[in-house]
Amino acid sequence: MQQIIIFLIKNKTGLVFIILMTIALGLTFKSHTYHNSKLVSSANFISGTVLSSSENIHQYFDLKAQNEILQEENENLRRKLLNIPSAKDSLPIKLKFIEDSLYKITRSRVISNHYDKIDNFLLIEGGSKDSISEDLGVISSQGIVGIIQDVSPKYSRVISILNTNTSINAKLKKTYHFGTLTWDGKYPNILSLIDVPRSAPVRLGDTITTGGRSLVFPENVPIGIISNFQLDENIGYYFIDVKLFNDMTNLKHIYIIENSRKTEALELLNPDSR
Amino acid sequence: MKTYFINSIRFVLLILIQVLILDEFNVFGYINPIIYQLLIILLPFNINSVQKLFLAFVLGISMDIFEDSGGIHAAATLTIAYLRPLFLRNAFGLSYDYQTLKFYDAPFRERFSYVSLMVLVHHTVLFSLEIFSVDHLLFFVKKTIYSSIFSILLIMITLNLIRKNSK
Repeated sequence: MQQIIIFLIKNKTGLVFIILMTIALGLTFKSHTYHNSKLVSSANFISGTVLSSSENIHQYFDLKAQNEILQEENENLRRKLLNIPSAKDSLPIKLKFIEDSLYKITRSRVISNHYDKIDNFLLIEGGSKDSISEDLGVISSQGIVGIIQDVSPKYSRVISILNTNTSINAKLKKTYHFGTLTWDGKYPNILSLIDVPRSAPVRLGDTITTGGRSLVFPENVPIGIISNFQLDENIGYYFIDVKLFNDMTNLKHIYIIENSRKTEALELLNPDSR
Repeated sequence: MKTYFINSIRFVLLILIQVLILDEFNVFGYINPIIYQLLIILLPFNINSVQKLFLAFVLGISMDIFEDSGGIHAAATLTIAYLRPLFLRNAFGLSYDYQTLKFYDAPFRERFSYVSLMVLVHHTVLFSLEIFSVDHLLFFVKKTIYSSIFSILLIMITLNLIRKNSK
């Protein structure tokens, strides 16, 4: 017994190193799977406050560019609104529609955005106090951004589409050929769409949108256009490079989408969890 | 007591500089200068080794929390903290063994090799854990080498700036 204690005291540096290193490596390995460790997350009070106060200063520098993006979005929405023939008359019906709508939309702001790593995350304003919960979709005015993964009272962490662990259901806009959208970690504006069957009519410049097969994103949210593709003759699937509409390096105003019938759908899918 | 005080201030300052200023740099899209390991580089040479390891772990984990990176900064910082005596002996030779070493009295070449060793090992561990895939080997090598050059440069400049203030 005494020998063991003497041994421990003698090698305390090495032992402490091994213990701490095991913890660090454990956290690292966990972070390389989709269900990341919630222990190490920027969605907490201290880092949230520091990053959001820095963001409060930063936002002044690109007000002009961000205003332009918002105005462009308004232009698009106005065009759609004015081209609906009886927009004025249908207002009462519309209000009723909002009460019962399938998707709830909340606006939010990006506090910190990383895009230079292999597995990127964003920190956004709003948390469980604003009735934001995990697994909600996040989009910007131009396309998809990511999925909420961790929530604190005031902040939420979003797993970006620029993360090698994300895979999002996507389809060709024209047809209903589905594929999986992933990122290979190289360029922040190119994603790859895999598992599209060879029967799909793939052409350069075609639009890719979300597929609507998941409960996270609604159908037909724009993602990007096909910039390059090749057919793997052996497997019979396309590898498609998708150029994003979204500039992931310049994100500010974003929207959180909540499918209000998600719980109901999930209950049907997993009857045991009821 | 004084060392604790100085090092806690350095701890907070370095993390804030790293998170608020240097993380905004993205030279050529993927090069990030990293200088928070300056805290480990500048620790007193006779510090208790267990304390040093815990300090390194807390420093790394704080960076991980800000960057949402799991435990990669903690692992990298722990590695250089553990290997520091080895690098010190390698760079400064006998004056470290006899405990007569004063960091700023050492010739530039020795200081430079010590800092370079620390930064290179730190970045190698950090980026290999971050990228974590053999498919991106070339990307890893490029990122490590270029980021190391920037970090070493920044750290050497910072070291000279600190010295002028304290004299």
